Amino acid sequence: MTTLDKQYETREHDVIVVGAGGAGLRAAIEAAHQGLKVALVTKSLLGKAHTVMAEGGVAAAMGNVDPADNWQVHFKDTIKGGKFMNNWRMAQLHAQEAPERIRELERWGAVFDRTPDGKILQRPFGGHTYRRLCHVGDRTGLEIIRTLQDKAVHTPGIDVFMECTITKLLKTDGRIAGAFGYWRDSGKFILFKAKAVILATGGIGKAFQVTSNSWEYTSDGQILAYDAGASLIDMEFVQFHPTGMVWPPGVAGLLVTEAVRGEGGILTNSKGERFMEKYDPARMELSTRDIVAKSIYAEVKEGRGSPHGGVFLDVSHRGAEYVKKRLPSMYHQFKELADVDITAGPMEVGPTTHYVMGGVQVDAESAQSDVPGLFAAGEVAGGMHGANRLGGNSLSDLLVFGRRAGLGAVEYIKSLGGPVNLDQAAVDQAIDEMLEPLTRTDGENPYAVHRELQQLMQSHVGIVRTEADLQKAIEILQGLKQRAMNVKASGSRQYNPGWHLAKDIKTMVIMSEAVAKCALQRKESRGGHTRLDFPEYDPYWASVNSTIHKGEDGSMVVGTQPLPQMPPELKQLFEEEKH
Amino acid sequence: MTDARLKVYRGDSEGGGMVEYTVPVEAGMVVLDAVHYIQGHQEPDLAVRWNCKAAKCGSCSAEVNGKPSLMCKTRLDDLPLDQPIEVRPIKTFPVIKDLVTDVSWNYEVNKRIAPFKPATEDTDSWKVYQEDVDRVQEFRKCIECFLCQNVCHVLRNHEKTDLSNPKQFFAGPRFMIRLASLEMHPMDVEDRVPFTKNEAGIGYCNITKCCTEVCPEEIHITDNGIIPMKERVVDRYYDPVMMVWRTLTGQK
Repeated sequence: MTTLDKQYETREHDVIVVGAGGAGLRAAIEAAHQGLKVALVTKSLLGKAHTVMAEGGVAAAMGNVDPADNWQVHFKDTIKGGKFMNNWRMAQLHAQEAPERIRELERWGAVFDRTPDGKILQRPFGGHTYRRLCHVGDRTGLEIIRTLQDKAVHTPGIDVFMECTITKLLKTDGRIAGAFGYWRDSGKFILFKAKAVILATGGIGKAFQVTSNSWEYTSDGQILAYDAGASLIDMEFVQFHPTGMVWPPGVAGLLVTEAVRGEGGILTNSKGERFMEKYDPARMELSTRDIVAKSIYAEVKEGRGSPHGGVFLDVSHRGAEYVKKRLPSMYHQFKELADVDITAGPMEVGPTTHYVMGGVQVDAESAQSDVPGLFAAGEVAGGMHGANRLGGNSLSDLLVFGRRAGLGAVEYIKSLGGPVNLDQAAVDQAIDEMLEPLTRTDGENPYAVHRELQQLMQSHVGIVRTEADLQKAIEILQGLKQRAMNVKASGSRQYNPGWHLAKDIKTMVIMSEAVAKCALQRKESRGGHTRLDFPEYDPYWASVNSTIHKGEDGSMVVGTQPLPQMPPELKQLFEEEKH
Repeated sequence: MTDARLKVYRGDSEGGGMVEYTVPVEAGMVVLDAVHYIQGHQEPDLAVRWNCKAAKCGSCSAEVNGKPSLMCKTRLDDLPLDQPIEVRPIKTFPVIKDLVTDVSWNYEVNKRIAPFKPATEDTDSWKVYQEDVDRVQEFRKCIECFLCQNVCHVLRNHEKTDLSNPKQFFAGPRFMIRLASLEMHPMDVEDRVPFTKNEAGIGYCNITKCCTEVCPEEIHITDNGIIPMKERVVDRYYDPVMMVWRTLTGQK
């Protein structure tokens, strides 16, 4: 194969699932159970997706430890944690269905930590009224992905395509007709014909400099959907997890699980003050992530930070054996990467870009986007978590809406009449777009553009935002967009990360523009969106979601739409509490 | 700031060689950071597989100064920086490009292992205590870095990797652990002992414990996994008293 070879192989399936983390695996399993022929396409190896990094637990109102827990309380916690920006129906379905999804995992072989009476153990977490997080020490994500991976491998009807990247969605007559991609190991192109596509591609964190996210989080699904004509919502809501490592530089941003606080960890500043007393005296360290992150930010900004620009988090009072048993990865992570023994003293932590609440706008029941045949589940979808996600609600989200997206695709395909034909011109365009960076001799190194993008998003569109910073960022992003369109890839197509990044950098720049523009538009502070110039909640902004879509002329259209209103019986739940 | 010199394998299935690069050293830097530095500043097409950079995904396995390691966990300040650091792909699996190897064989092996089969689907009736699952949870810590497969001499030197010939096949330590995690699950009723003996080739393991030594999750692969599985095979196939007992009771 020459570098500019346009050949491709063609595969035909009913549905393509893009991404093989928790949501993608669960979607593929469901669709295959219902008899569909599924292509599960992942740009990494199976079992390496971002779900593997989830640590603290999966939230489900099983009531094993606190029998008073039920879906209504979980629903209320989720909505309150999301600052009432959530799609109420998604939050309801999530709270109702999470326990059954956990039992299902157990039936498929997951081995959770146990209570003394032989049930699944549940631990406390920020924003959850009751002890609700089913867990396996601090490696819950690994347990979930391995269980789903083995289930998928043994489910007939799923073809797995590992290290295969989807670069474009293909539509005919306004609905999904397939997807185009390439094999990482050979660099060869591949065309998937399909009636439906389920996006399960995760988040956007690699646009930021300090992040807990892996290389995969380059907003692939959000921009595949955007380019295909789907709307995105709430892109300004980015979760900065309060506790990432801050030292040494090589590991800055690496996640320190909320389970440290769930297991009794205490946050202090350089003066030894337990500062959460000031910001949220009732919930302290187990306040919601947005509040803890902003509190840490304020302490550091006001000169009470730790030596490396964070604060102290200490769980050593629980005793060495307890800490090693409950938080084994954290113990090893600090010991090996930072020379810190967390059983003997505090760790230094600070906020890190972790999760995006916004994403592809979907129907709550079916997970379908505005584009017929295009579905989205997990982090790539918006609405479920509102303005701020509670810890533990992501893993349950993957399971609940992964399954629903699989079912949604089944129902959609049943309703389709006639075959789906591909538009050859779109395929040719997808090929040309991939080959362009390889044809340039004088373009920039994509890594250089990526570094500048990360610095810009960190400094101008980060945890605290202002109108001036955001406007400046949008202006600079126009230049970065031009540069991203003109980067060069050298070498062959075989396993070429520079060539891959040449594609990703275009995607990340568009996503960054969407985040910055939504952030500029929302003139208030709420959850994962903090404006220094508008520090309070605003009743108008409480009533609308931000929207983004690609206009007819290809430009980005930013707007708002009314927030769906929950029915009286759910509103009543919040009323009852006031009395 | 000091510099480190790295000699990195560059090549593909056709062959290749070591190429030297110089990288500025930061506090706390790991080998994966150094490889990323080369990629980001000097050689954008340098192939390396990685995901989490937090020792949770097991993607960045390589041989650093001859030692099979996760690059994300190997700190530069633990290595002698007065000489070049040698970074090579893991040897047991075929090179795709540079530091990336074709580990798909492992996924084929996994497909052959019968999945979890619970005694009853009604999980509400399950009473499973922590002490019943402690040892299974140890095995389930596996992040599939395949370093144990890489150092297992049955696979590395004797190449017992023929998927079509059980006589020339050993599933390797990773899948002995996988088998153990299923067989020792308190609710599982599937019988994988015949598979373990006849198809997974457990007899090939002669307990040199090289796998245990390289496991980044510190799983006691040999002592807690392979030896108990060997004992189950012996009980089944070579212990006459147990054979009679099973015939009488019908237990597995």
